Amino acid sequence: MLEATTVEVNKEYKERYGFSKPEKYVFKTRKGLDESVVKEISHQKEEPEWMTKFRLRAYEIFKSKKQPTWGADLSRINYDDIYYYLKPIQKKGASWEDLPKEIKDTYDAIGIPEAEKKYLGGVGAQYDSEVIYHSIKKEWEEKGVIFLDTDTALKKYPEFFHDYFAKAIPPADNKLAALNSAVWSGGSFIYIPKGVNVTFPLQAYFRINAAKMGQFERTLIIVDEGAQVHYVEGCTAPVYTTDSLHAAVVEIFVKKGARCRYTTIQNWSNNVYNLVTKRAFVDEDGFMEWIDGNLGSQITMKYPSVYLKGRGARGEVLSVAFAGAGQHQDAGGKAVHLAPDTSSQIISKSISKDGGRTSYRGLLKVIKGAKNVKSNVRCDALILDNKSRSDTYPTMQIDEEQVQVGHEASVSKIGEDQLFYAMSRGMSENDATSMIVNGFIEPIVKELPLEYALELNRLIQLEMIGAVG
Amino acid sequence: MIMGPNGSGKSSLSLALMGHPRYRITSGRVKIDSKDITKLTPDKRAKLGLFLAMQYPTAIPGVSVANFLRTSMRNLRSSVKPPEFVKSLKTKMAELKIDENFASRGINEGFSGGEKKKMEVLQLSMLEPKYAVLDETDSGLDVDALKLVAAGIKKSSGPKIGILLITHYQRILRYIKPDFVHVLVDGKIVKSGTHRLAEKVEKQGYAGIQI
Repeated sequence: MLEATTVEVNKEYKERYGFSKPEKYVFKTRKGLDESVVKEISHQKEEPEWMTKFRLRAYEIFKSKKQPTWGADLSRINYDDIYYYLKPIQKKGASWEDLPKEIKDTYDAIGIPEAEKKYLGGVGAQYDSEVIYHSIKKEWEEKGVIFLDTDTALKKYPEFFHDYFAKAIPPADNKLAALNSAVWSGGSFIYIPKGVNVTFPLQAYFRINAAKMGQFERTLIIVDEGAQVHYVEGCTAPVYTTDSLHAAVVEIFVKKGARCRYTTIQNWSNNVYNLVTKRAFVDEDGFMEWIDGNLGSQITMKYPSVYLKGRGARGEVLSVAFAGAGQHQDAGGKAVHLAPDTSSQIISKSISKDGGRTSYRGLLKVIKGAKNVKSNVRCDALILDNKSRSDTYPTMQIDEEQVQVGHEASVSKIGEDQLFYAMSRGMSENDATSMIVNGFIEPIVKELPLEYALELNRLIQLEMIGAVG
Repeated sequence: MIMGPNGSGKSSLSLALMGHPRYRITSGRVKIDSKDITKLTPDKRAKLGLFLAMQYPTAIPGVSVANFLRTSMRNLRSSVKPPEFVKSLKTKMAELKIDENFASRGINEGFSGGEKKKMEVLQLSMLEPKYAVLDETDSGLDVDALKLVAAGIKKSSGPKIGILLITHYQRILRYIKPDFVHVLVDGKIVKSGTHRLAEKVEKQGYAGIQI
């Protein structure tokens, strides 16, 4: 995408996730994007004509829209220097063993097959553009749960696509959503039938392997009336001197009385631009929770949103962002109240160090007539040194008088006395700082299942190594 | 034991001994077992066996008492197995009459003055240092709490530990008999003696004992 940028990547990331495997593929589009590349992607996927048309229309919208300038600095992205589609293998594996060695080794190193055995209800694994492995435990399949990669789902369940695809996030929503709509590939499709409570998390793991790669997965989740699901996504990439682009679209429909929790532990390497649009429509008495952990990437722009459409619908966004040297985490959440008695909560915790920058950007909107809305926004920033920075950009548009709205924000530094207290009990400055940072994000970590809480704490620990000077 | 009026430098001394970054030692040295620790960071001093029960311990939100103690013990005492840790924590909390649910609360977060003092004594008894500086660990406590804290200190002491008790009341002497008493005024030790000196201070005030 652009010339080598000097981004300091911590050694531990390099060793654990930052490796790359030789690039092998059965098909790769040429560099850059035009109509013929869009058509080629659709052709490769043997899509119905309406999808090809949808992609082409989205491509036109993408071209017509200006690069967003209201948030993080995206001026260095060169859309002509990206590979938009790379198909790594001919056929998806039915088991991990069936996968080519280098792909299998990659996921072994990340620990996905192990996690699948231990505590997951289903797994999807995307490698560059395609989902190369997918499984769901029989128990859930028998109850009618669908968990597929989005390409396969389009072929098997076209009716869902007519009703829901691009209905929450149309291509015209923003430039990156338009780009995703034009070149999307992979992602997860989930349908939970009425009343089914999937008690184990379903997880997807996104891995970018090739250099100058764009990953554009498209996720669509429908949780039918009274059903429940917890979906988790993790992401990593090799450390390259050139940048990669990740521009996903995630659409979620939470039906009456249903509940969806979507957890992201984003741990991209620091050469990835992570520009994602996530939105959930929530019907009467439904409950949507976004738990968003942003650790990696060079620039992240992501504001998971809840559109509370039915009376009594609830939405929560809990986000943790960590920005180290050369990173800008521009994250937050949006709550749009479209019905009475709806409630929302946005809690954001950000940490910046070594010159990193975090921004909280949020929207709270209440339309006229949405009476008795309750909303609470809280953003806390922790800045670990004088080189780092944190900003808050909250927007409120409230057109109804009968509402209860709270907004609190705080910016703090680690206190000398806190450090001294912990160090006087034998902890090194690094250990003490990590412990204090972990305490700071604890209100969010405690919402995570144990495995993810441990993972998040461990990742923060890694980020902290050598952080304090 | 060190006694002295308000502002005489007792807390400054204790924080300087532990290596608080706000205090710079301009002359003199701090030694532990004849090892010079004047330039060491607080964690290194702790590893050599020094402990400070603070007068105003700070809160660390989101870090539970159990987590704080476990992390401390991992650093100061090589191997502590989780079941042993939990058992010893429970016993010691019970001895100090600290409610069990405090183990999962953020350390010193919203604790009362008395609860904070008990928490310092709990740490003292869990960490088993060689030398402990107790900075007014007896102040701000009601009679019952004072008894418990004194008992806790006593139990942790014994022949193996050296304790420097900083106070300006002598009421703790009802429970603990110091070997030496020093009186600190304006940053200088003006008088040294036995526990009798403390009694004298109580009767005559600091003015009465000055030379």
